[in-house]
Amino acid sequence: MADFNSDFWHWYIAILTVLSILACVWLLRWMTTGYKKTDTVEDTGHIWDGDLTELNNPLPRWWLGLFYITIAFGGFYLLLYPGLGTFSGMLDWSSRGEYEQEVERVEAEVGPLFARYQQTPIVDLVKDETAFKIGERLFANYCTTCHGSDARGARAYPNLRDGAWIWGGAPEEIKTTIMHGRQAAMPAWEAALGGKGGVDEITQYVLSLSGRATITELVAGGKEKFQVFCVACHGADGTGNKAFGAPNLTDDIWLYGSSITRIGQSIAEGRNGNMPAQGEFLGEAKVHLLAAYIYGLSQGNQ
Amino acid sequence: MTNTETYNYKVVRQFSIMTIVWGLVGMSVGVLIAAQLAWPVLNFDVPWLTFGRLRPLHTNAVIFAFGGCALFATSYYVVQHTCHVKLAFPALAAFTFWGWQAVILLAAITLPLGITTSKEYAELEWPIDILITLVWVSYALVFFGTIVKRRIPHIYVANWFFGAFIITVAVLHLFNSAALPVSFWKSYSAYAGVQDAMVQWWYGHNAVGFFLTAGFLGIMYYFVPKQAGRPVYSYRLSVVHFWALVFTYIWAGPHHLHYTALPDWAQSLGMVMSLILLAPSWGGMINGIMTLSGAWHKLRTDPVLRLLIVSISFYGMSTFEGPMMSIKTVNALSHYTDWTIGHVHSGALGWVALVSMGAMYYLIPRMFGRELYSLRLVEVHFWTATIGIVLYITSMWVAGIMQGLMWRAVNEDGTLTYSFVESVQAMHPYYIVRTLGGAFFLLGAVVMAYNLWRSVADAKPVEVEIPEPASAH
Repeated sequence: MADFNSDFWHWYIAILTVLSILACVWLLRWMTTGYKKTDTVEDTGHIWDGDLTELNNPLPRWWLGLFYITIAFGGFYLLLYPGLGTFSGMLDWSSRGEYEQEVERVEAEVGPLFARYQQTPIVDLVKDETAFKIGERLFANYCTTCHGSDARGARAYPNLRDGAWIWGGAPEEIKTTIMHGRQAAMPAWEAALGGKGGVDEITQYVLSLSGRATITELVAGGKEKFQVFCVACHGADGTGNKAFGAPNLTDDIWLYGSSITRIGQSIAEGRNGNMPAQGEFLGEAKVHLLAAYIYGLSQGNQ
Repeated sequence: MTNTETYNYKVVRQFSIMTIVWGLVGMSVGVLIAAQLAWPVLNFDVPWLTFGRLRPLHTNAVIFAFGGCALFATSYYVVQHTCHVKLAFPALAAFTFWGWQAVILLAAITLPLGITTSKEYAELEWPIDILITLVWVSYALVFFGTIVKRRIPHIYVANWFFGAFIITVAVLHLFNSAALPVSFWKSYSAYAGVQDAMVQWWYGHNAVGFFLTAGFLGIMYYFVPKQAGRPVYSYRLSVVHFWALVFTYIWAGPHHLHYTALPDWAQSLGMVMSLILLAPSWGGMINGIMTLSGAWHKLRTDPVLRLLIVSISFYGMSTFEGPMMSIKTVNALSHYTDWTIGHVHSGALGWVALVSMGAMYYLIPRMFGRELYSLRLVEVHFWTATIGIVLYITSMWVAGIMQGLMWRAVNEDGTLTYSFVESVQAMHPYYIVRTLGGAFFLLGAVVMAYNLWRSVADAKPVEVEIPEPASAH
């Protein structure tokens, strides 16, 4: 057995356990035999602290019985289940085995159900009420921690209802996102932009794309720098590129916060948003239903 | 030879008073964090006041500050009185008091700052661990030194339990706290992975078994017969349940790791030994309660005795509940739920706190040569505490079982019926009831503190001569 690096430990555990349980029996026998039954309760004769004394009542029989029952239960349990070193027990039970059996049983029950939905294209699943319900439950179980119970997200976790897709909102694109995860990579630009001044300029330009610039004299300089450093991913017009997960900067939707400080921070320090891959964990059938649910939300399904 | 030597009451007095002080502090923090769970706004967005940092402060304060001081006070008192000698090594005894207070203060500073090893009930970082070790070795020297120079050949049963508690806690602390320091306030455990988890729960469960059980059984074995004026029920039962208890407790840790990466064989052994532990635990309960045979009427008139007896009843109840929860199929439902929190508090409030409080009612007035100021206030304390405990544990039973059932409920399509946050939402009313229960218990403790303060406020500490041992017949 992999738990032990030598047979010694098997015997060490098995023998010590058996001896220990037998020791409990011996202790009980020792304290119940050799005592005469008398009508009067013995006193041990010891006196401490003036008036502290001890009687020597016999062990209550019900208590003794309880003790022996638990010992007997322990003995039988260790015969049936793993416990005595590498001895795996007469039932050949293991927690891994029980887990695998249960997974198999549930798979057999629900597998066909999910397989049926997997055959249906996502655009059609959106109209299926039962599929939507299952998707909703899957979402509640696996997605709400980051994206929120209402799927409206939180800072650094995208809102899935607003139609502003970073990696694409077509059914298959959503499915790919869930299956394989996404890793965003906005580099830190502060050094390349020559420090805080450059960051401020670009921040003002980016704000101006949604009509929010506060220091208009910085916008022109920012635009110049944007054309050099940012267009490769965010595009000349700042509408982004779903292939890189480069967000649209013109829609006034801000994953990391809309304040000037936050936007400046995104530019200066970069952002590395990560959506973990769920394919291996959930399996394609569940991901398919989840994608349908999320696609449905963006289509206004309730 | 006439003996005019007096008991060392100074260190007992110091520890007794700090028992009350730390009890109030620890329980207040407990009520605050219970309220934070019901109303998270009470975190005040201040990092030092958040639940995650105050929770270890609460557990350390009630277990090691309140419980620890109670154990020091009572064991020092009992060992002197039952050996008929003054405490050995008075300088070391004084060091255990100041050293232990320093440990508590350091805990109160470091834990809110977020300085922690992250091992449950052993959160304190390595420099504090070293101080604990020094205090504990001194404690052992004082206690066993006193036993060695005793003037009565037989060692009283309370001292068996105090002795087992002192030795085992030393071993547990040394092994579990083994760590590699990387800086003055940061260390990493010497163990990794499932071995670390196993060592942690071997320690964690025996912190319950030896710190919170064996030590407090020592308190019970002295103060219950004394307060009742009756002999201990059965010496034989003491022998059996002492050896069976200290022997089986040490195996029970793995039941904290059911259905984890811990190998199946270790889980089984933990469960089997936890079940065998039921009878030895109840042996202590029987010996405590049956000591009242022939003196049951005293329960009507003596609220301190009632406090002690109710504490033994809660001991019996939680030591029944514990083995049941260690059964794997039960544990599958109860583990990670608030049922566990309820179980811990039926032991901690019902047993540990009440038996300590009963002992303090006995001890503190005697330290000053006074009677208790008011028995009626003890009565008030008894009822507020009992109502508090009942509110606490029943709300956590309902909440915990509901939580466990919600987590395992599945739909026909194999998905979970409830998301995690729905189970949190369902807990809300029970969290409020639990906070109320805790507040009741704290209120009782405040009444006790007032009562004890009124008892001794204008009194001078007394010196008591050590009497000759009675000659055994």
